[in-house]
Amino acid sequence: MSANGPVLDVRDLRVWYGSTRGAVRAVDGVSIQIRAGEVLGLVGESGCGKSTLGRGVMGLLPDGSAVDGQVLFQDTDLLKVSDRQLRRMRGPDIALIFQEPMTRLNPLMRIEDHFSETITAHEPKLSKAEVRRRSLEALGGMGIPPTRFRNYPHEFSGGMRQRIMIALALVLRPKLVIADEPTTALDVLVEAQILSILADLKRNFDTALLLITHNLGIVAEACDRVAVMYAGRIAEEGDARTVFSQPAHPYTRELLRSVISLNTTGLHYIPGAPPSLIDPPAACKFHPRCPDAMRVCAQLAPVEQRLSAGQRVECWLHGPGDRIPEGGREPLEQERIAVAEEA
Amino acid sequence: MADAGALLEVEDLQVHFPLRGSFGARLVGKDVGAVQAVDGISFSVARGEVLGIVGESGSGKTTLGRALLRLVDPTGGSIRLEGEDVLGLREREVRAMRRKVQMVFQDPHASLNPAMTIETAVGHPLRIHGVTRDRADIRNRVSAVLERVGLSPPDQYLGKYPSDLSGGQKQRAVLARAVILSPSLLVADEPVSMLDMSVRAKILELMLGLKNDLDLTYVYITHDLATAKFFCDRVAIMYLGRIVEIGATEEIFANPRHPYTQSLLRAIPDPDPSRSIPRDLPRGEVPDAAEPPLGCRFHPRCPKAFAPCGWEARDLHDMLEQRWAVGGQELFEAERLQLGDLAGLDQPGSRATVPSATGTGDDVATLLDRIREDDSRERIWHGIESITPRPGGAVIEFHPGHDPVLRPVGGAEVACHLYDPELAEVPEQAPPA
Ligand SMILES: Nc1ncnc2c1ncn2[C@@H]1O[C@H](COP(=O)(O)OP(=O)(O)OP(=O)(O)O)[C@@H](O)[C@H]1O
Ligand SMILES: Nc1ncnc2c1ncn2[C@@H]1O[C@H](COP(=O)(O)OP(=O)(O)O)[C@@H](O)[C@H]1O
Ligand code: SF4
Ligand code: SF4
Ligand SMILES: [Mg+2]
Ligand SMILES: [Mg+2]
Repeated sequence: MSANGPVLDVRDLRVWYGSTRGAVRAVDGVSIQIRAGEVLGLVGESGCGKSTLGRGVMGLLPDGSAVDGQVLFQDTDLLKVSDRQLRRMRGPDIALIFQEPMTRLNPLMRIEDHFSETITAHEPKLSKAEVRRRSLEALGGMGIPPTRFRNYPHEFSGGMRQRIMIALALVLRPKLVIADEPTTALDVLVEAQILSILADLKRNFDTALLLITHNLGIVAEACDRVAVMYAGRIAEEGDARTVFSQPAHPYTRELLRSVISLNTTGLHYIPGAPPSLIDPPAACKFHPRCPDAMRVCAQLAPVEQRLSAGQRVECWLHGPGDRIPEGGREPLEQERIAVAEEA
Repeated sequence: MADAGALLEVEDLQVHFPLRGSFGARLVGKDVGAVQAVDGISFSVARGEVLGIVGESGSGKTTLGRALLRLVDPTGGSIRLEGEDVLGLREREVRAMRRKVQMVFQDPHASLNPAMTIETAVGHPLRIHGVTRDRADIRNRVSAVLERVGLSPPDQYLGKYPSDLSGGQKQRAVLARAVILSPSLLVADEPVSMLDMSVRAKILELMLGLKNDLDLTYVYITHDLATAKFFCDRVAIMYLGRIVEIGATEEIFANPRHPYTQSLLRAIPDPDPSRSIPRDLPRGEVPDAAEPPLGCRFHPRCPKAFAPCGWEARDLHDMLEQRWAVGGQELFEAERLQLGDLAGLDQPGSRATVPSATGTGDDVATLLDRIREDDSRERIWHGIESITPRPGGAVIEFHPGHDPVLRPVGGAEVACHLYDPELAEVPEQAPPA
């Protein structure tokens, strides 16, 4: 791995789930990279494949799923290593933070034991005192006092449990952290605390972070880059400020417009819902909902383009012009979408 | 508060849930305390108005909403709906009242019976209130209301089960059921917070449309300030069972006065990239409503707290723990070893003894002095009147605390000592020497 190469390099990842109605193509050819000390936000409506992508990277897909492509973690392809090796890497190399903390903490185990178990599993030779020192340091970083170290999970509030989960995921200083909606169940104040903790993390330890969320406000505050996912693919990806101030993909633009913020004066939304990933629309999968759809959009899948502002985008509005057939730029006749066609 | 235009008037409402103590404690009739979920709340809602109830998890919003429908029995205060005393109603009258007040809950998935078709679920109120039992009549009315909430054409939805619908569609069905009897008041408890960002706007738009068509009045419960700002005429900010600030929406958002309101507003992540992460967030979390902080309930987290705000022993314990959490293990062990058992600090009270491990109170007093020097900006020092060494430990006297009450400030009402001319004029207590 070159010194400043990406920690995570996902190449053309595909994930299918088996279902009675056919294969669900939840991730359908995704490439992303994250460098050390970088936070990549992953946004999109529910059902677009964000969690599947996160789990696919971690090798945590359920039975009955299939995966293809490359997930290079510091040049090792995680899709090729054994389950045992992957388990060994979870913790010291990569860690996943889930949305609901209670389901991941053992209710019968003291907080202290969660930590010592995690640490000794990967570093069995450490002295007890050193295990304790590291645990307390991780908890302290999350604002959990040492006096609560011997408490059980249910003796903490939801926000504290989530911080304990984060402390546990980070105690081995993983190089890559994947956080799947880590603050969705929390209040603004606790959420803000956790975001500032994640910001400290990347500053102090150079952790690479994939932050999955549907809160675009969080992305704007906490992420360096953002990838917008729609129907299993990355519609647009680039510097978070650039993408948010000059969205290039119509889906990004419409998603941003539908956020209700303190500056909202009128409601806006995208008609319809993300498609079924068993038989999604042909060509550009966003074309039935896209206000800018052209004839070409229903005929040919858009090609990835890199814009001068830096982001990459898959949308015919940005060319390449020579691939658009004659008449392809004419507006597309779309079917009316009923109001209640929604997620 | 006898307001002619008021549809709903709530006065000094209190809902306390008794804590389930041990069997032994109940046997001897020992008072085990209560969760003070709603603790003395007053407001009124004018006909056609949207009142927002905003606060963090556990602040008592849902309990307040449920009390308005008598889904939970208040332990004190009064509720008047169209002038009628809701708490004095008998069982049969409560049922009639619920035709006029409906509630929509946060989780659309849990609000609909999975075994009932949409037709049965939405038509349910017609049956239980004895409006009609005629199948054709019910179908017609249900179809009309489904059409109104956007579940159109209704024929496609009548026979469906909740599991066939998306989250947003379920919430539409729940709204249809809530308005089928033309209520005058709708209590909406976080109606959009479980929904995807892109669906929220659609449901809010539907709710605004229903309000105009059906002359509804809303109590809109949420922890999301952005939707409250857009949706409400007035907002009440709740913290630990009390209203800390209430007023016209524009006023509250343009001039937030209560330190809690100010913190909430600062904490919202904004998609506008020109904002950055706020640095001065209130620490900690909402305390236990069974043993709320003394004085102002926000004081342990308040960045502006001063002498009369209710400082107490528990704050001292929290301050020590916080110091040890961030200070590292060596500091923790060094300082902890000098002190005795700190469990005594967990009782509410404005006088406390910090026990010494060595037996001399001087050590403790010296330690506390050093801690104060390390971080004299810590708010608690404003509330400590004296530290006196005694055999066995140091006795701490706190400044007497006061409970802030809502008082008019500018165009709003605020419960905070900073706006009390009598208390705020007290020069800030210098930290004791
Ligand atoms: N039936 C009950 N018995 C005992 N305590 C209760 C009961 N219902 C609520 N509480 C307590 O009352 C307090 C207020 O709860 P409530 O559900 O009203 O809060 P909320 O503001 O709606 O929170 P959220 O935003 O999480 O929905 C909490 O401390 C809660 O644990
Ligand atoms: N275990 C599973 N089996 C079958 N389909 C699944 C499974 N998990 C997710 N899916 C489907 O895959 C798609 C993407 O889901 P998900 O990755 O959870 O998206 P997101 O996190 O963006 O909401 C959805 O259509 C979802 O229904
Ligand atoms: S390719 Fe066409 S349909 Fe797809 S996003 Fe671009 S303009 Fe819209
Ligand atoms: S009374 Fe005002 S200043 Fe004092 S703690 Fe409460 S909110 Fe803060
Ligand atoms: Mg997900
Ligand atoms: Mg609630």
